Amino acid sequence: MLTSPLKSLRLLGAATALSAFSLALPAHAQDAVTIGYAISKTGVNAGGAGITTIPNYKLWVHEVNQAGGLKVGAKRLPIKVVEYDDRSSSEDAVRAVERLITQDKVDFLLPPWSTAMNLAVAPTFHRYGYPLLAGSAVTERAPEFAKRWPNSYWLLGTGSQYAEALVDQLAGLRKAGKIGDAIAMVSIADGFGIELATAARAAFQKAGFKLAYAKTYPVGTQDLAPIVNEAKKLNPDVFIAFSYPPDTMAITDQARVLGFNPKVFYTGVGTAFPLYKNRFGANVEGVASLGGIDASSPAVKAYIQRHKEVTGAEPDRWASLVTYAGLQVLQQAIEKAGTLDRKAVSAKIANEEFDTILGRINLKNHMVPNMLTLGQWQNGEFVGIEPASHAGAAKLVFPKSAWQAGAASR
Amino acid sequence: MFIDALFSGITLGGMYALVAMGLTLQYGVSRIMNLAYGEFLVAAAFCAYLLMTGLHVTPLWGLLLIVPIAFALNWLVYRFLLTPLVKRTRTRAALEVDSILATFGLLFIVQGVMQVTFGGNYYSYSYLNEPVRILDSVLALNRLLALGFAAVFGIGFYLALTRTRLGTAIRAVAVDPVAARLVAIDVRWASALAFAAGGALAAGGGVLVSMFLTFNANMGVIFTMKALIVIIMGGVGNVLGALVAGLLLGLAESFIATYVDPGLTIAVTYGVFLLVLLVRPTGLFGRAAR
Amino acid sequence: MNAPLRIPLIVGAAMLAVLAGVPLVADGYGLSLAINILNYAVLATAWAMFSGPTRYVSLATVAFFGIGAYTVAVLGEALPWPAVLAAAALVGLVVAIVVGLSTLRLAGVYFVIFTFGLTELIRQLVTWYEVNVSNSIGRYVFLDISQEQIYWQLLALGAVLFLATLLLGRSRLGFALRIIGADETVARHCGIDTTRAKVLLFALSAVFMTLSGAIMAPRWTYIDPAIAFNPVMSFQVLIMALLGGVQRLYGPLLGVVPLALLFEYLGANFPNHYSILLGAVFMIIVYLLPNGVVGLARRLRKADRPASPAAKEAS
Repeated sequence: MLTSPLKSLRLLGAATALSAFSLALPAHAQDAVTIGYAISKTGVNAGGAGITTIPNYKLWVHEVNQAGGLKVGAKRLPIKVVEYDDRSSSEDAVRAVERLITQDKVDFLLPPWSTAMNLAVAPTFHRYGYPLLAGSAVTERAPEFAKRWPNSYWLLGTGSQYAEALVDQLAGLRKAGKIGDAIAMVSIADGFGIELATAARAAFQKAGFKLAYAKTYPVGTQDLAPIVNEAKKLNPDVFIAFSYPPDTMAITDQARVLGFNPKVFYTGVGTAFPLYKNRFGANVEGVASLGGIDASSPAVKAYIQRHKEVTGAEPDRWASLVTYAGLQVLQQAIEKAGTLDRKAVSAKIANEEFDTILGRINLKNHMVPNMLTLGQWQNGEFVGIEPASHAGAAKLVFPKSAWQAGAASR
Repeated sequence: MFIDALFSGITLGGMYALVAMGLTLQYGVSRIMNLAYGEFLVAAAFCAYLLMTGLHVTPLWGLLLIVPIAFALNWLVYRFLLTPLVKRTRTRAALEVDSILATFGLLFIVQGVMQVTFGGNYYSYSYLNEPVRILDSVLALNRLLALGFAAVFGIGFYLALTRTRLGTAIRAVAVDPVAARLVAIDVRWASALAFAAGGALAAGGGVLVSMFLTFNANMGVIFTMKALIVIIMGGVGNVLGALVAGLLLGLAESFIATYVDPGLTIAVTYGVFLLVLLVRPTGLFGRAAR
Repeated sequence: MNAPLRIPLIVGAAMLAVLAGVPLVADGYGLSLAINILNYAVLATAWAMFSGPTRYVSLATVAFFGIGAYTVAVLGEALPWPAVLAAAALVGLVVAIVVGLSTLRLAGVYFVIFTFGLTELIRQLVTWYEVNVSNSIGRYVFLDISQEQIYWQLLALGAVLFLATLLLGRSRLGFALRIIGADETVARHCGIDTTRAKVLLFALSAVFMTLSGAIMAPRWTYIDPAIAFNPVMSFQVLIMALLGGVQRLYGPLLGVVPLALLFEYLGANFPNHYSILLGAVFMIIVYLLPNGVVGLARRLRKADRPASPAAKEAS
């Protein structure tokens, strides 16, 4: 005979376990396409995911369902979403993805936010045969990962692409005698910053530039004044910061306060956010960063408009577009395959061409080809500069005009 | 270069002190290890943001509105959420454990509400971000202002605690709640007052830092942790200690960034903190008792 | 073997046998969940092993967990797996002894925040080293270790940990520690070398944490300091152990299992209101269970025997 506390504890345990599992039962009549994703709604990654990824997922699902659903063969199937919060923890992300696959039996998975998270879940996607179209991961080893996990796509490309685009542009300026040899560069001591800084260092060395100042700062630094002060003293023509959104704001702020006016001013993630323009108003003019859009493209304009209407906010001008293009690829691959069979869809992703907001692309390289990697704020829009061969690529405005006092709109 | 590092260290340190002072009151006097401290601070930052961008009320006027509300709110939190815990626990250690668990829950609630309201996005606005020239060194006016408030709050609370009857009563509660009752001090009232004042200080800090920091709904923990480091280093319950410790950390950070390597700044602040504790196990101005 | 040990050993062995079979029946998610619970069970029990008897509250859990994970990231492909684990344990042991010796003068909340600061310092130094010496911040772990193997390793680690704690509680060291927990001055007067006892125990518990980090590392492919030294984990372990109750061997387990399931349930069903609900449930638990789950069990047991005078006293 059980004593009463043991009995009640057992009941409690059984009830908890039961409710934890029973609610996860899949509703799996094929009258809908189940799409699942685990993303950082809380924790340190929530800021990035909340701007770049989550709104695009919402927008895409909204659009597809408004059109009656995904076209699978002869039928249109509406999308049913299962979403989890990975709480910015790799362990939780892996577990949530496994839950989506084995409990919710989702048809397709959307990727999480950030390089680290995508890498954490990539083996699980691979093991169960789900294609991974990572729209927010920058990694030098993208080609190697594509080999290791053949259905993984690293749409944002490698750090070198961005670093080389920047260095090419600078080399051109130097050749024209507009800037000198000295560069000041700072980077955040986190995956993205170090990846970019390492790639940039190699590219600068190859091009014969001198790094007069090259330092990193840790995540969570709340005062960047000493760094900007140091950089300003060297009076470089070019200032580069591979930074995260809070530091991007702080560095720009500090440069303005100190009257630090290099001819080329380049900051990292966050520069292409609408927040940046809201915060600095007319002072954004001439600031350069990663990404950029083809402002002449009607598809891009329409996308920005729809994004604003559906999610209430403008998209960022870099990874948002790539994330959305990844969703378009997935959608068209399913429609081309005419089935929800993941093997067939994966084959389409690997071999077909797709009409996306980034133009007509294929993913044979497992990255977005001919992507805009260097952009600049010009006339209130963050436009792409490099590669110059890209449709709608603008010319760099040089030099960046000096900061104005009190130009912030609010 | 030296002057630049000095000034930027002092302003940064002022900010650290500003965000920490409230916690030293809440923990030092009321014995509530408030893990939700940073969440209240960020909530105040959001309020300042809304006032500024929505109603064009500048943060300094916002202070007049937000700080009293925070005071009242924290009073209610203490009165209704924490008093039951205070009543049921017999020892200080037990209250510490209970308050950690309860405010851990509170942390998630406040964070969740901000999450639902504002999403995970970053928020930022610009106010008084104007250069001020002092001795050939250029500083941002808003950071300087935060430093000024930190000094005023720090010295003000120090004087209030040491020079007034009420302050003496509060200090008595901090030292020994049981003995304080024996000399006719209303311990629960004094604790509630200290907790509410601490919450009001946190809100003030939140409003002031929102002028120059970019924040989102998930950043509260960062402030709580920084505050914990500062108050432990300064000595629990000592407002002036928090000011000194904050300044020390700010200076260490800025001098390391200028003369050694910005990559080591945070490591050095923790290094300084650990060193201080190894030399003085109860902080710079701490009492020897456990 | 003495009689009081026999029952827990038999129960333990039976549970171990049942748990060992989980990977044979669970699907990918079930196994994932089981790994998560086991991981926290090991961490919380190891935490309580030191903090329970001594009443020193440590926030350094993730420092050791992270050291374990990083050892795997650095040595994983260079050495055979058992050697990697041994190396991790050794690093954890050395760090724990240094930390233990340096923190002895601290008491109460000063110790708590010191251990937190120490974790952050280790994380910052690892970051700085990786940035300036290795020139890349993340490390990749490509090891051929299946999820089932991770599970079984954790289970074995847990079994050893339980056995060790059980034996410890009945040893001279365990007795000495309980005296230290009750009153350190008295302990010293009884002729107990309190320093040695505390450092030994701290190091022992740290080795288990380090090993669990090492075992878990192959689950994530990519490790950087932010992932390996995530302070949230220290807090979570602390909360789970406190909630369960740290005075009993099985106490932390009673906190880990329901809380892990609760986190999972809320996270899965209310992804947008997870925080609010978690916080609310949390506060309710704190108000309703003043002495943790162990306390609840004890209260219920006492309520069974209303004649007992102790029950009246407690209520």
